[in-house]
Amino acid sequence: MMRILILTLALLAGPALAQPESSNAPYANVQLDDAAQEEAALELMETLRCLTCQSQSIHDSDAAIAGDMRHQVRTRIAAGEDPEAIRAWMVDRYGDYISYEPSVSSTTWPLFAIPLLLLVFALGVFWRRMRKT
Amino acid sequence: MKRLLIWGPLALFVFFVGLAAYQLTQPKDDLIRSTMVGKPVPAFELPSLQEAEPVLTQAIFADGTPKLLNIWASWCAPCIQEAPYLEAMKEAGVPIVGSALKAPDGTNLAFLVEHGNPYVAIADDAYSELKVAIGSSMVPETFVIDGQGVIRYQHLGPVLDKDIPVLMAELEKAQ
Repeated sequence: MMRILILTLALLAGPALAQPESSNAPYANVQLDDAAQEEAALELMETLRCLTCQSQSIHDSDAAIAGDMRHQVRTRIAAGEDPEAIRAWMVDRYGDYISYEPSVSSTTWPLFAIPLLLLVFALGVFWRRMRKT
Repeated sequence: MKRLLIWGPLALFVFFVGLAAYQLTQPKDDLIRSTMVGKPVPAFELPSLQEAEPVLTQAIFADGTPKLLNIWASWCAPCIQEAPYLEAMKEAGVPIVGSALKAPDGTNLAFLVEHGNPYVAIADDAYSELKVAIGSSMVPETFVIDGQGVIRYQHLGPVLDKDIPVLMAELEKAQ
């Protein structure tokens, strides 16, 4: 009884959270004719983070805002804009949050520095041991 | 020395468990704030929701009077919740520009009939162009924009009773 109740509630909860509409922007779900441009767009869309479904990229997500953002990425790439310029434009609006591409900044540099330091330390220990034997 | 060192891994383990436990008890803040605050409203050109002719641009925010920009849609439940408070702000003399996101045909207009229309003008932002350009992540969302068209403040989520004094103070500051 309890299980049925929980299952029913789960079924009800899913659609309630979903966005009622997906995007109908022309390039939300339509590829660009130029294969090279589409590839560039895809690469960018896979590394831009969705705003409403925070663990997905805009390429993965079916949320309306993600579709609208795909439309924007594709039309801008079709207009000849550089993908990294579009990423920078997005970061200008939403901060580092929006990009899945790791970047070195004042807050993230330890992530890049610590592995290097550990490697140097490990090599040092290794070298000392080798010298002893 | 060696005797003490043997406790090292356990101490590290306890430290990480403690750190995780502490973080788990902290309230979660997953709001994505716009980094456009302090910058001018981005250039946009959108049709009006209600009229066939007029096109809305960023020029609407450059007439010297501070305004609110409210992003909403008919399918957004918190938008219903904030409707009376936006109405109250309109009655207090605050010009509110609306930006309506895509919704099933006609439902945005029906929303205005049902829940009131506090807006001086409404842009039809069917592809979220203005929403993304201004760095908005939620629906609804309200921006305070000064008379020169510079974004001064972002309010995420519905405008409720307690938010009105905050927005009024921000509008005052934007004078």
